[in-house]
Amino acid sequence: MSTFVLIVVTSLGLAGLYFLLAAGLSLIFGLMNVLNLAHGAFFGIGGYAAWLTMDRLEVVSSLGLRFLVAVLVAAVVGLVVGALVERLLIARSYDNHLGQILLTIGLGFALVALLGGVFSYDAQPLVQPAWFGQTTELLGARIPNSRLLILAVAVVLLAALLLFLAKTRHGLVIRAGVENRSMVEALGIDVSRSFTLVFALGGLLAAVGGALGAVYFNGISPALGTTQLIFAFIVVVIGGLGSVTGTALSAVVVALTQQLINFYGAPGLGDIAVVGLLAAVLLLRPQGLLGAVAR
Amino acid sequence: MTAGPGTGSGTSAPATPSGHGTVPTEPQHAGRDIPLPSPEHRARGLGTVLGIAVAVIFALLPFVDVDVPVILPGLLSSPGALQVLAIGLVFAGVAMSYDVVFGYTGLLSFGHALFFGVAVYGTNLLMVHAGWGFGVSALAAVLLSATTAALVGAVALRARGIAFAMVTLAFVEAFAIFLITDPLGITGGEDGLALARDGVPDLFRGVLNTRNLYWLALAFAVVTYLVVRQCTASSGGRVWQAVRENEDRVELLGIRPYPVKLLAFVVGGTLAGVGGCVYLLVVRGANPDVAGADFALALLIMVVLGGSGRLWGAALGGLIYGLLTLRLPALSTSGVLDGLPEWLENVVAEPLFVLGTLFVLLVLFVPQGIAGSVERVRAALVRRSSP
Repeated sequence: MSTFVLIVVTSLGLAGLYFLLAAGLSLIFGLMNVLNLAHGAFFGIGGYAAWLTMDRLEVVSSLGLRFLVAVLVAAVVGLVVGALVERLLIARSYDNHLGQILLTIGLGFALVALLGGVFSYDAQPLVQPAWFGQTTELLGARIPNSRLLILAVAVVLLAALLLFLAKTRHGLVIRAGVENRSMVEALGIDVSRSFTLVFALGGLLAAVGGALGAVYFNGISPALGTTQLIFAFIVVVIGGLGSVTGTALSAVVVALTQQLINFYGAPGLGDIAVVGLLAAVLLLRPQGLLGAVAR
Repeated sequence: MTAGPGTGSGTSAPATPSGHGTVPTEPQHAGRDIPLPSPEHRARGLGTVLGIAVAVIFALLPFVDVDVPVILPGLLSSPGALQVLAIGLVFAGVAMSYDVVFGYTGLLSFGHALFFGVAVYGTNLLMVHAGWGFGVSALAAVLLSATTAALVGAVALRARGIAFAMVTLAFVEAFAIFLITDPLGITGGEDGLALARDGVPDLFRGVLNTRNLYWLALAFAVVTYLVVRQCTASSGGRVWQAVRENEDRVELLGIRPYPVKLLAFVVGGTLAGVGGCVYLLVVRGANPDVAGADFALALLIMVVLGGSGRLWGAALGGLIYGLLTLRLPALSTSGVLDGLPEWLENVVAEPLFVLGTLFVLLVLFVPQGIAGSVERVRAALVRRSSP
């Protein structure tokens, strides 16, 4: 029983990472019809931003405080990189979806190789506050605190994202744009500013995911984000393109399926089962759990 | 309409719609890739001559003792250089087979690496674990590739556009995970699986026979070129291009796009499978790198680099990609980059950094690829010379 609880909570931590990667992808896709294959690189950049901060910022002696700074640094870096990529590259070919996908493919390769060239391909272990490694007793299971922290951050960001989308004018434009972009444009609203915004937001979420991922995976390596990106795609398709709640729900389903089968079945089997899940959802419910029909 | 009297084999160029279900071919509906008749006929004839010349030159390379610095290791005729070229030629062939799916039919599929990888691993697994000879194993593996293509295509083609791309990506990644985690204990995990030498015919065994492997790779590229050209010039092949240009219109004309797309998937997948068997011999082993999402994206880069929907473009893209990825790491030790800071040297010698950056610039400024640019220049010259 305690093993089961441990695996479920660990899976929920992983679901948090998946959500952080997938939410940006889903919004970018829903609004702009762009499949951002460089999104995994955003995750990696966030991870290295956090790693550098933890490694070099010795002025802040408290590791807990330093980690807080590291996450904030990652968030800002992700925000800036996302906005720059959209302004400098994606904005050049708004009406050419294939071109945009190809751009993000090239960018993804280049950024990951850049990280590899600068930081080497070996995984860099992250300096962590001692508290992360300690455990908390929950329903008889000893859960590492880091898993609970990742889950908590993901839930807070989910709530913040939902609030942003529901309560602010920018959020309203994004939601309307996902629903029907040409109608929003016909009403005289400049959607391209929302494009930059969702890319920046997506970059922020992915980079925070990278910082937390460095904790979850006990270190960061250049290709870590790209590996997770495939699962994030599966999460996005299962959740329904453009739906944030659907993405959160599907992140939990995917992470639980993957980890439970990996543990109780054979290692690696869970990863393959998730692809099976994707095929099943696609055959039975092409629009995803909550979402419009994939076009 | 793509094939004219100058093509040589007249069998595959029916100018009149034959039987049922042929796409009408009024010139005004022709897409950007379907050229106008008269200057193009001449160019086609020239193209055939040029193609034969290129194939002959490539076939003679193992007899040339020339040192090609940086691009190739050692003399052109040395086994090392021939192996690099052979890998490039296999990539050229596989890129052409992917062009059937992506360039001609317009399907943004990432599944192609799966069909290639299935053949690489399938052949080797049968040789290692069942003790079969290379020929039988390769045949079985190609059939397996074709079947896999049919099954994956049948599921994935239920989705369109981006969702389709994502689903194919998920399948290829599932296969890569299967290879790396190796739940059955047969694939050798991340290290891969060395070639079972006992089953390999003497002709292709040993370092001295590298030139035979090179010719095998060349033969694969040439055969793929001929098969794909024949297929895409046939009336069925023109339906592929019609699906790419406008799927809804094809449906409106009474042709179901689904089987048409599935056929493109299977034809391309089978050819990729043949390439996988050759690749296994050339690199003497199966490695999970050739079956993952990265290789799928690499195929896309090859085709777009060369120019999609133009066979020789795809072939050139594959060859360039192969040479770049294999030889760029050698650049950092060659002394060309001395004087740069170490981290910059590492980055510049990183094949994927150079390719990725090149690719971004290409998509931004030369979206039609190498082949498209050459054709554009040629068309401009033709227009100038004959007003």
